Amino acid sequence: MTSHSIQNKRKRFDPVLLLVLLLIVFLTGLLVQGILSTDYMGSRLADDVARFQDISGVESPVTAVLLNFRGYDTLLEVMVLLMAVVGVWSLTRAPFPRRPIAPSPVQLAVVRLLTPLMVLFAFYLVWQGSHLAGGAFQGGAVLGAACVLMLVSELPWLKNTPSRSLRVGLLIGPVVFLGVAILCIILQGTLLDYPQEWGGPLLLLIETTCAISIGLTLACLFAGGRPKDDLTRRKKQ
Amino acid sequence: MITNMLYSLGGVALFIMGLFALIACSHPLRKILAVNIMATGIFLILIATAYKQAGTGEIDPVPHAMVLTGIVVSVSVTALALILACRVQETSNRSLSQKQANDFTSSGE
Repeated sequence: MTSHSIQNKRKRFDPVLLLVLLLIVFLTGLLVQGILSTDYMGSRLADDVARFQDISGVESPVTAVLLNFRGYDTLLEVMVLLMAVVGVWSLTRAPFPRRPIAPSPVQLAVVRLLTPLMVLFAFYLVWQGSHLAGGAFQGGAVLGAACVLMLVSELPWLKNTPSRSLRVGLLIGPVVFLGVAILCIILQGTLLDYPQEWGGPLLLLIETTCAISIGLTLACLFAGGRPKDDLTRRKKQ
Repeated sequence: MITNMLYSLGGVALFIMGLFALIACSHPLRKILAVNIMATGIFLILIATAYKQAGTGEIDPVPHAMVLTGIVVSVSVTALALILACRVQETSNRSLSQKQANDFTSSGE
């Protein structure tokens, strides 16, 4: 007991920990000073966004920033999501239990009721994104939640999801986004410079496909591995 | 104005706590949690910057768009980090509980 407390005391005065603490106190001071000297009322990017809102093709300022003014960022972020799934799939296979437990009938009924509603609500959010709060990321999150709901109630057919259709679903958003970006280079000469009269429909197309991909990405990340039949053909040969 | 500042300072506090835990803890799960707490602090600062005035309903859309994509990206980063941590535990010889002996925070146990 006494040796334990001595060890405790020694650890508490670890010089490295002290150095870390000093550095963190210093960093805190810098950050707090930065925040206290921020001018919250000054000129903002919001004014620029409001000025160019008309040519963006959508009425919601957040969606306009997300897919038009800073479309480059969003394109790369969709790619990051794809990379995360590629990384997870290359590491492990999805750990489904060999003998699934039977979920209670109440849970099954809830899943059966909620899943179609959630899918409908996801696409409503995507549609709403053009004029109010909403969009691809919110819709994708709801879609992902619907898939997670099915995953946690261990529906038996989920274990045998074909990997090819999953791959198509995961790729459709990034591919459509990239295709539109390249089309913009051909037509307008600049990446993601949408033709003005086609802005609205193109953004809706990108948002819908990206929402599907984001939802599937989140579900695949939750499942934690590649599906059962993925990468099996090489083994057979 | 004072509201923005209070929320921003809260974000700084979260960021600092996460940063300290990221340095001081050696367990991978704690590190992943620390990164998440740091990300939450940054989101809070960005949202507080976007907030304009109560009641007007006006927001700065640029930080909002950043937070929106940032949340989804942080979820995917967390998932990948968790899978990597699981692989490290499966393939390493030393178990994670032994590694915890070097941890600053687990000295009492």
